[in-house]
Amino acid sequence: MLLATVAKPTIDWAGTSPLLALLGGAIIVLLAGLLRGRFIREQLVPLLTVVAFGTAIGLGIWQWGEGKELFVARGSQGALRLDELTLMITFVVSVTGIGAVLLSWRALAPREAAHGEYFALMLTSAAGMVILAAAQNLVTVFLGLELLSVPLYVLCATEMRRERSLESGLKYLIIGSVGSATFLYGLAFIYGGTGGTDFRDIAAAISGGTAKDSLLLTGIALTLVGLAFKASIAPFHQWTPDVYEGAPTPVTAWMAVATKAAAFGGALRIFDVALIDAHADWAPMIAALAAITIIVGNVGALSQSSLKRLLAWSSVAQAGYLLAGLVGASKLGVQATVFYLSVYLFMNLAAFAVIVAREREAPFGDDIRSVAGIGVSRPLLAWPMTLAMLSLAGMPATAGFIGKFTLIDAAADAGYTWLGVVIVVGSMISLAYYLKVVAAMWMRPAGAGEVATVDGSPRLAGADPAAERADWEVTLVAVLAGAAIVVFGVVPSPLLNLAGDAGRALGLL
Amino acid sequence: MSLPLSIPLWLPAAAAFLALLLPAIATRALVILGALGTFAWSIWAIIDFERSARGLQNVTDEIWVKQLGIHYKLGIDGLNLFLIALAAFIFLVCLVWAAFQSGPARPHPKQFFLFFAIAESAVLGALMAQDLALFVLFFDLMLLPFLFLTGIWGPESTRVAAITKLFIYTLVGSLLMLAAAIATGVLVSQQTGNDLSFAFSDLAKVTLPSGSQNWIFLCFAAAFLVKMPAFPVHGWMPDGYRNMPLPVLAVFSAVLSKVAAYGFLRVVIPIFPDASAHFQDLMLVLALGSILYGSAMAFTTSESRLVLGYSSVAQLGFITLGIFALNGDGAQGAILQAVNHGLVVAPAFVIVAYLAARTGGSEDIRDMGGIAFRAPVLAALFLIVTLANLAMPGSSNFVGEFLILLGVFHSKLVIAVIAFTGVGMAAVYSLRLFIKTMHNRVGADVESRDISFREGLVLVPLVAVILFFALYPQLALHKGERTINRSVSAAGAISGSDKALATHPEITVIR
Repeated sequence: MLLATVAKPTIDWAGTSPLLALLGGAIIVLLAGLLRGRFIREQLVPLLTVVAFGTAIGLGIWQWGEGKELFVARGSQGALRLDELTLMITFVVSVTGIGAVLLSWRALAPREAAHGEYFALMLTSAAGMVILAAAQNLVTVFLGLELLSVPLYVLCATEMRRERSLESGLKYLIIGSVGSATFLYGLAFIYGGTGGTDFRDIAAAISGGTAKDSLLLTGIALTLVGLAFKASIAPFHQWTPDVYEGAPTPVTAWMAVATKAAAFGGALRIFDVALIDAHADWAPMIAALAAITIIVGNVGALSQSSLKRLLAWSSVAQAGYLLAGLVGASKLGVQATVFYLSVYLFMNLAAFAVIVAREREAPFGDDIRSVAGIGVSRPLLAWPMTLAMLSLAGMPATAGFIGKFTLIDAAADAGYTWLGVVIVVGSMISLAYYLKVVAAMWMRPAGAGEVATVDGSPRLAGADPAAERADWEVTLVAVLAGAAIVVFGVVPSPLLNLAGDAGRALGLL
Repeated sequence: MSLPLSIPLWLPAAAAFLALLLPAIATRALVILGALGTFAWSIWAIIDFERSARGLQNVTDEIWVKQLGIHYKLGIDGLNLFLIALAAFIFLVCLVWAAFQSGPARPHPKQFFLFFAIAESAVLGALMAQDLALFVLFFDLMLLPFLFLTGIWGPESTRVAAITKLFIYTLVGSLLMLAAAIATGVLVSQQTGNDLSFAFSDLAKVTLPSGSQNWIFLCFAAAFLVKMPAFPVHGWMPDGYRNMPLPVLAVFSAVLSKVAAYGFLRVVIPIFPDASAHFQDLMLVLALGSILYGSAMAFTTSESRLVLGYSSVAQLGFITLGIFALNGDGAQGAILQAVNHGLVVAPAFVIVAYLAARTGGSEDIRDMGGIAFRAPVLAALFLIVTLANLAMPGSSNFVGEFLILLGVFHSKLVIAVIAFTGVGMAAVYSLRLFIKTMHNRVGADVESRDISFREGLVLVPLVAVILFFALYPQLALHKGERTINRSVSAAGAISGSDKALATHPEITVIR
């Protein structure tokens, strides 16, 4: 009987085009990667990937303000929705993608993973992220989540000859699967409680009072836990430092920003659209999670000496800040979350670009010693890193300040002023470790211990540091992201407007 | 007509950024020119200031971030006029000092001047801002350059620990203030039903419920008391003071602490009058604690920087005392004393640097002494500074302390009586520093020589301004009287501390 009602859905090809650019790009890149030529594999494949991401952005701009349902079957809601929220997440993901491709261009990881596969996986997971942020049906939500996760498991393990990379991939696979399973379980409960998979039906069931509370609440809690795994929200964050540290750095950069953006995009749609009328039930839950995450993340970061681990813990804390935008279930909250995700992109991209550069220049890997003294020797790297750290800490005149401002504003507006206070307390704790990085760059003597190598490699003793300059594209990413941090810190209005459109798209107050 | 305030505000920073592009030789000149331009403007602004006009003058009001209700609103009135001039003057002198003395600015002079100039713009911004969010932004921003100024040019072994401590301590306050400021804006907009706005003029229209006022007050107070620093939240001060290069320390001590005192009068007392009255006793007791603790520490430590540091704690205790007298006398005295203290402490740090140069680098007063005979000019200048610091009758500091004590006397008699002992203790620690460094036996490594022309170029203008204010203290009082009285009037009425307002006894006393 069910089958009988299923009809061929109407597909809006124009609205689907950003997604198709990513998926189509993945196929083209994969095929191009099969060709033998060195030039094609090492230069053309990354270039095509950038083009795919760029096309997605361009098509997104074309479709801005259209606000339409995609894949509409008769009598039901579209499986995906193209609106400003979807597009903002697409932009964040694609810009991160371009950055990550530039960081990967001459890195070890794509070489080991045969170029084509590496970049195709990246594009596939990007498509999954867009689907997750656009989905308005429990089934498509899960589809998006898996499509983004599975390629990431592989990407983490692409440096096949490095044990840590494999460990990272395996760990991510196991924990990620637990997260996905929990998430799926939660979705099933929501379906059981409300009798619908469309977000519209779920919302109607809740507001109409026909939903079964026990099933629904269990479902909300489990869904939240599943998302918490993906967005590294405490206490489901334990995988984050290990996976971030083990994964190839460009992949870490990609994962840190894009996954988080997608997970929050999906969370905004699930909680602020489907479950909006159960707001009173889940808001305290999320507020509590936010507070725990902020404290755990910041305290965890204090003792780290590996920059990637430090940023992993910091990303846990930042996820806590982002939750503050979700708590209010308001237009202001969505605006705050989307704005913060957009600026978070630049902060992380700047930081990871510098780490990539220093991994190639200095013999310390991602240890904090690798940036010691670069204020003098490499100002073009030191400034973006400094701005990134200050912005992550929320210092004024950086985008992070405005971001925190909007988040606290949203929390206070929703009556959760105490959460605003927790955010600033977290920022205070975070200063201790962000300053440690800034201090290392500017206030430690240049090249401290540059001669004493860790792994015993002889290449550094007496080598001219100028000869080891990182590739230009890495510096370019760092400088552009650093500039964006300042620009959006001083002129935040345009970006806030875009984020505000995303907030309006969900139809909240 | 008058210049838009943005020009003098951003001039120092703009000059320093421009200087990055020029050869090193032109850097100093350009940066000093920028600071000089701002200082010249501030003198002119004092002359141009309409004493009788109500409210703000020379207002710039643009919407900066519409979605968040943040205005780029600047303005001057009696409350900030002289503090702006003080900041412009001290920064100019300290820039000249850093530029012409070898040492502090090396290596990387361009960066040094860049951070220095950004600090000036940020401080001026905090003083000029007429929007709460903008004020908080500048208040936090002004600390950032000091992170680098201390961390890059401070003594290598201890600087990182010192800045970490300094930064976390002061930002604990500042960030709490950020949350409190946003909460204020949100609560006000919810109460009025208007769009979010952080302009002081919009916030002051609404009286928040006293429950909200109380916690918001405490957050603001934490920010300002730490920055001052006040007892018992001065923990960052000794390490911070030890590690800053002296020209940096001079501006930090002379100007940044005043922004905190100013914040009480600009933000806290007008917008949260009930809470200010509610916590009056607590604040007065903390102020008293600062006076007594600061004085006691100042005459027991032997590091000359810390003598001045703890004396600042005590002096800022006086200023807090005046502010929380919650009447016109106290507040006017506090503003006057804020200007005075800035003018006294900056030359004192200059003298510490000169003395250190004569004792082979030691800043310990046990290594100093006996140079007054060979260096009479230096000794005479130092004597003027010392007498001003201990509030000798005839100095402007005397007028300031007198007004403060008068104000407190009217509102809380017991506290005024205890605070009087602070005046006596100021004489002890100020004279101790003077005698130990200038008289007694000549220290072992002391090389007695008088100040050179270059040294005088920095010190003499500072001392000249002290003398000028000793002769014309009413200049600062008259221009500001009206706005200052208004800023404390609401809180004063609530607490019943404004008995003195009606008669204005201070005007007759001074005249």
